[in-house]
Amino acid sequence: MTTITDTTGVTGSTATADPLRIGDAVFGSRLIMGTGGAPSMEVLEQALVASGTELTTVAMRRLDPAVKGSVLSVLERNGIRALPNTAGCYTAGEAVLTARLAREALGTDWVKLEVIADEHTLLPDPVELLDAAETLVDDGFTVLPYTSDDPVLARKLEDVGCAAVMPLGSPIGSGLGIRNPHNFELIVERAGVPVILDAGAGTASDAALAMELGCSAVMLASAVTRAQHPALMAAAMRHAVAAGRLAHRAGRIPRRHFALASTPTTGTLERNGSPP
Amino acid sequence: MTITVHVNGERRSLAAPLGLDALVAELTSAPKGVAAALNDSVVPRSRWAATPVGDGDRVEILTAVQGG
Repeated sequence: MTTITDTTGVTGSTATADPLRIGDAVFGSRLIMGTGGAPSMEVLEQALVASGTELTTVAMRRLDPAVKGSVLSVLERNGIRALPNTAGCYTAGEAVLTARLAREALGTDWVKLEVIADEHTLLPDPVELLDAAETLVDDGFTVLPYTSDDPVLARKLEDVGCAAVMPLGSPIGSGLGIRNPHNFELIVERAGVPVILDAGAGTASDAALAMELGCSAVMLASAVTRAQHPALMAAAMRHAVAAGRLAHRAGRIPRRHFALASTPTTGTLERNGSPP
Repeated sequence: MTITVHVNGERRSLAAPLGLDALVAELTSAPKGVAAALNDSVVPRSRWAATPVGDGDRVEILTAVQGG
C-alpha cells in the first residue's frame, strides 16, 4: 500500500495510490471542472484552485476582440490541463469542425464531445453524437463524449473507440442529481473505459453518489460556479468525490430489512421474566 | 479590388489581395489559443500567411472561452 498525496486535502488522512487514467494520461484528482457560469474570472480561479481539479473544460467560440482576459491563462498559471468541448454544436459536422479548430488552437487532441439535440433540454442527440465520435476517433482524437444515461449508447460509444463515457445525471444546469442511479450501475458494470458523471450534480451528495455507484470521476460546472459561494462548494465537491471514491473502494455493507446488532449479543443480564 | 468575405458570420468588404494571417491580425494579436477555418477547413497557423482569402470565402476565427 503506497501512501500518496491525500486526494481529500485533509491533513493526516491517508489514501492509497488511486490515480484516474484516461487514455494515456494520469490524474490525481477525480473532479473535472467546467468554467461556464462563473460571475467573474477571479471567482472562477478561486473555485478551480479550491476544487483541486487537474482537468477543466473550455468552450470554443468566435473570437470577440472586445473580450479581455483569457480563461486559458487562468488554467495555465494553475497547472490545469484544458479540455476543449464542442458545446453548442447540434450536428456531427459542426462538432467535428469545432474539435479540429480546438486541436489547432490549444494543441490538444483531447475533446469533450457534445452534440445536443435542442436548446430546451440540452440533451445529447445520440445519432449525431455517435457519428461525430467515430469520425473524431478515426482522426486521432481522444474523445470524451457527453451522453445520455443510456447503457446501450454508452456501450456503442466505447465500441467506436471513445476514451471515456460521460453520462448525464440529469439535464445540464438542473441540479437534479442522478435521476436514474440504476442506469449508472448498468453502464459502469459493462464499461471498459472510465465512466464520468457529467451534468446534473447540484450539491456534494450528488458527486459522492456518482462515485459510490462506480463512476471514475465527476464533471461539473454550474453546481460550483452558480453556488452562492463557489470556492466553498468547489471544496465540498473535492471532498465529496474523494469520499465517494473511498466508499466505493471500501465496499459498502449490504442493505438489510432488519437490524443487525453491532454489539455482542452474549453476556447480557438475564431478564428474569420481567418486561425488557 | 474589393472582395466580400464572411468573417465569423459577418459580411465584410475587404481589400484584396488578403492573406489569412492579416485577417486574423485584425481581430487579435494573441500568439496562441486561436484557430482559423477557411470554408469549413481548418488552416494551421503555420499556413495562414500562405493562404489567400478570396471573394465569397467564409472564414471562422475561434478562441477558447469559459464554458462547459
